[in-house]
Amino acid sequence: MTSLLTIDDLVVEHRSPGRPVVRAVAGASLTVRPGEVVGLVGESGCGKSTLARAVCGLNPVTAGSIDFDGQPVTPLGLRRRKLTGIQMVFQDPYASLNPRRRVGDQIADGLRTARDTATSPADLLERVGLPREFAGRHPHEFSGGQRQRIAIARALAARPRLLIGDEPISALDASAQAQVARLMRDLAVESGAGLLFISHDLSVVRLIADRIAVMYLGKIVEVGDTAEVWANPRHPYTRALLAAIPQPDGLGVLPEELPGDVPDPASPPSGCRFNPRCPLVMDVCRDKEPDFGPVACWLHEPK
Amino acid sequence: MTLDITGLRVSIGGKEILRGVDLRLQAGRVHGLAGESGSGKTMTGLATLGLLPHGARTTGSIRLGERELLTLPPKELNQVRGGRIAMVFQDPATSLHPMLTIGTQLTEHMRHHLRLGKAEAKARAVELLGKVRIPGPEEAYGRFPHQFSGGMRQRIAIAIALACSPEVLIADEPTTALDVTVQAGVLRLLRGLCDELGLAVLLVTHDLGVMSAVADEVSVMKDGLVVESGPRGRVLREPEHPYTRALLDSLPDAELR
Repeated sequence: MTSLLTIDDLVVEHRSPGRPVVRAVAGASLTVRPGEVVGLVGESGCGKSTLARAVCGLNPVTAGSIDFDGQPVTPLGLRRRKLTGIQMVFQDPYASLNPRRRVGDQIADGLRTARDTATSPADLLERVGLPREFAGRHPHEFSGGQRQRIAIARALAARPRLLIGDEPISALDASAQAQVARLMRDLAVESGAGLLFISHDLSVVRLIADRIAVMYLGKIVEVGDTAEVWANPRHPYTRALLAAIPQPDGLGVLPEELPGDVPDPASPPSGCRFNPRCPLVMDVCRDKEPDFGPVACWLHEPK
Repeated sequence: MTLDITGLRVSIGGKEILRGVDLRLQAGRVHGLAGESGSGKTMTGLATLGLLPHGARTTGSIRLGERELLTLPPKELNQVRGGRIAMVFQDPATSLHPMLTIGTQLTEHMRHHLRLGKAEAKARAVELLGKVRIPGPEEAYGRFPHQFSGGMRQRIAIAIALACSPEVLIADEPTTALDVTVQAGVLRLLRGLCDELGLAVLLVTHDLGVMSAVADEVSVMKDGLVVESGPRGRVLREPEHPYTRALLDSLPDAELR
């Protein structure tokens, strides 16, 4: 199957005066196929959000390419956007919804983008599991989980072929997280759209994603089918991430610790980016960067 | 030293937030407090320190050893607060003062509560920074919070809480703002300190995985009431209350188990 979104060797740099250039995304490649859910995970500061913003055209691309349906993604400007096939659900629904407009009107913006006159905002509210009459209310009348559902309804209104969720569940209550994540998955798959789901919560990603991509310091270090990555993580970083999740099994096992912090992306270590923290570090890791896939690690070099 | 909370009721503006909470913290044990947001977990922690918002009405009893904290005059409460009961908050980016060096923040209350001199306080602060495993404690002493990562900041916040050798530590969602890998380190640190110093820890968290990793006893709160309380293994493996069961079932990997 052809891919819907192709990210090829993407580099995104943040420049600010008087400071060194920060390479937030340093050569990442990823594809999303129609109807597929890809989970992107990694620690904070690894560049996941920058990657998502670049895919939407919210951050300018320094090098590499992002193709959506065979067309390059251009930076978002003030003009009318043709590329409405990509829609994003942001992290904090308290900030992403306009507090002074009725939620029905905000959803109608999405419908207008897609030139959809048959659907009403109430229909979309129904699809995300909210009562139809909520369309006349304002965002402050809703809880966090409900607001995020409204944000999802607004994104879906534009009939996206690719939905991007940038940590859409991390601002929600634990009891609402799994529900909202599953809702996003169901709605995206139902409409045949791809979903790029970014989260640092691996247990949720495991639940909804078909494939997992693990990102570390601007690079994708491992990609694979969710079940496979979960059962047999190959990159030492993926292993460390999975081992650090505390299990609610009541046994009192302390999770494994990964020593050290994510290095400053302005001055990444030489060789493999994970080498200063890697428990299995070899000599070659300090000199040469493993730039192959699906597992970017010298222990798993393709023959 | 034990901290006993019995029949704690808190109402703010006529609305009852806590409706009779009973908890018992023991030295060297971690007591986990779980529940959804709005269930009153944080309020219980704040009530223990007398940090409730203005106009809050409190009844019931909170006893630290033989002392009743709820009726303590403000002056005496100030000696307990920070001195014998300390708190670690959720977000180290906002709980540390951005314009004071961590050295200042580590020594200020030590000099007040323990009446230490400047040099003594500094020596103890450096020792504490070493204890919470901040690399290069001597240099770190003079730095500002923004020069540390999130995990380091939370370790510093823990060091500040421990500075006056408290008997009770209240940790309100101490790892919620952190990544899993960093969280693992902070949890190990908390557990180690609890065992080593014989602290009584109240760990407020909504994450049942975190709860399972470090807590000895678990209490589950709902709508201002403790609905279930017991040893970790029993509450998480054989929950008696339907609400605890519902919480466990709502976890992402519940259906995969």
